[in-house]
Amino acid sequence: MNAERITEKLNILADAAKYDVSCASSGSKRKNENKGLGNASNGICHSYTEDGRCVSLLKILLTNHCIFDCAYCVSRKNNDIKRAAFTVQEVVDLTINFYRRNYIEGLFLSSGIFKDADYTMERLVRVAKKLRTEHNFNGYIHLKSIPGASDELMREAGLYADRLSVNLEMPTEAGLKLLAPDKNRQDMIDPMEFLKNEIILRKEEKKLFKNAPLFAPAGQSTQVIIGATPESDQQVLQSANYFYKNFNLKRVYYSGYVPVLADKRLPALNTSVPMVRENRLYQADWLMRFYGFEVNEIVNEQQPLLDLDIDPKLGWAIRNMQAFPVDINKADLQMILRVPGIGLLSAHKIVSARKFAKLSWEQLRKIGVALNRARYFITCKSNEFERRDLTGNNIKQFILAESQSKYIKNTQTQLNLF
Amino acid sequence: MYTLVYDGTFEGLLTAVFEIYDRKLFHVKLIKGEWLSSAMFEEVVQIITDENRATRVLRGLRKKLSSASIQRLYIAHMAEMENEESAIVGFIRYVFDSDINVEEDYGNKYVMRLSEILKMVRREKHRMEAFIRFQKLKDETFYAAVEPDFNVLPLLIRHFKNRYADQKWIIYDIKRKYGIHYNLHDTQYISLDFSEVNKHSDVISAYTEDETIYQHLWKNYFTSVNIAARKNTKLHLRHIPKRYWRHLTEKI
Ligand code: SF4
Repeated sequence: MNAERITEKLNILADAAKYDVSCASSGSKRKNENKGLGNASNGICHSYTEDGRCVSLLKILLTNHCIFDCAYCVSRKNNDIKRAAFTVQEVVDLTINFYRRNYIEGLFLSSGIFKDADYTMERLVRVAKKLRTEHNFNGYIHLKSIPGASDELMREAGLYADRLSVNLEMPTEAGLKLLAPDKNRQDMIDPMEFLKNEIILRKEEKKLFKNAPLFAPAGQSTQVIIGATPESDQQVLQSANYFYKNFNLKRVYYSGYVPVLADKRLPALNTSVPMVRENRLYQADWLMRFYGFEVNEIVNEQQPLLDLDIDPKLGWAIRNMQAFPVDINKADLQMILRVPGIGLLSAHKIVSARKFAKLSWEQLRKIGVALNRARYFITCKSNEFERRDLTGNNIKQFILAESQSKYIKNTQTQLNLF
Repeated sequence: MYTLVYDGTFEGLLTAVFEIYDRKLFHVKLIKGEWLSSAMFEEVVQIITDENRATRVLRGLRKKLSSASIQRLYIAHMAEMENEESAIVGFIRYVFDSDINVEEDYGNKYVMRLSEILKMVRREKHRMEAFIRFQKLKDETFYAAVEPDFNVLPLLIRHFKNRYADQKWIIYDIKRKYGIHYNLHDTQYISLDFSEVNKHSDVISAYTEDETIYQHLWKNYFTSVNIAARKNTKLHLRHIPKRYWRHLTEKI
């Protein structure tokens, strides 16, 4: 192995891949069979970058050569940068050796488009196939599907990969047209549609035949870039909701645009990354997926933007004061989940614990409820509760004033939820 | 207030519970340690581990708790957290003093404390699964040194055995001076004698040829994936507290 050459390629091709934020390695069920190497069922973050993001997979491009010219992408054709390409074997060796040392959960392989979609996709599939068939590798493999690749290759990809993703890139078709003139939204939607149907089909098959092969067991995901085009949060979340509902997506990732290129269609180079907005979008996404909120309750015509000062659950609560206060010792789980300051775990603990005895403030605190927010919205076993007739806005001001410094810190946290 | 001194084993702890009920010692504190005959406190009781009594207590617990809860109790104790024995004994007593299964009564301070202990143990286990870095030695064994906050090595066996079924490995807890060795078939507890040699250079001299190259590649990768425009040191440190850095290839 030529260490120097590989190091250089790795630097270039990891650097070019890092703007794809998804790094999840969970949701698969692949087991280690026949004493092979690895399994893919844990979703472990093996390290964290200095910006606090999870490092779970070896995330690289096969090559950063590309025939397209998407404005937001460092690998675009007309950008003057160093280009490199891995061989199939090099990617396989890196993956295996990193995996054996417990650096990673697996591989996330994407690529610039060289020649055409199928030519590129075929190589991505070859890496996955080699890992699975020659190295008995059962770790996680996420392949990026190249828009426009043939169904045949997509099907093969699904047989070796745990997850497949097609990035929508821009929240709306208009945004895409503006920044990625070579791309066509339908080319992204077609493979998603194909995969959705194939996954359903294979699941049915698996029910009938236990030995039927796994097909993309961790499903498909997508990514949209936030802040490169002027879409509102309502447009972003509605689009996410549409894809969750119609394509059974496992995850939608929101990636705050990092200004890397000067282009008059894009935000200026000194624009800061919209990290708070990105965090709020993730919180809203969780509300839709785990807390039983409809997208319209979070953003709508009257409220097209998420409030950057407060999390979207608190935002919903202060707009819906008529729903409160909630009696912690009586309300059903669905309602408790809607109380600001109560997370999924705490909500379930409350419902278990109150069967034994009614809960007081102290006990709620111990269970993990953030009382500084929750106390305006609940009553419990105590005569003390918020008696003032506060408006939603009063509450927002109180909470912000009380936790000013702490709050600003928290907003920096990507996935610090509620 | 009685102070009960026991030998640190789970059986010892269960024996202590037996004594508490048998001798009606209701205000007690349990500590691990050696029996000092010239005890300074008058009311110190030595617990002599008794398998019979321990089994009777365990049987009693089985009637009142799910088996998952008993396992949790065992893990909480095995973690060897300092001064948590009283919480564990408190939990057991609450279980015995209640008519129904109280394992989900999070309003009770002992039930809640046990759940917190378990959360800490699980987090440490999870961190080990994430932060262990193997180094490949000449004899094809992958070696990792760790210093977990709590005693979690036994909890790691299943994960690593499932994952690295086709390579030999050793995970060694240098704080507690024992390790697990997997030889492609089974795992065994081992202890290594590092006293004679400087252990770190010793490990390095045993590297396979490409070990340094892969460490170097990994460090490079780690630097390449960082997005400087998003730097957030506080969050970084919360995810990887500094005490873990010593054994993280990318952080050395
Ligand atoms: S096709 Fe992909 S790699 Fe090529 S310029 Fe567009 S986003 Fe970048």
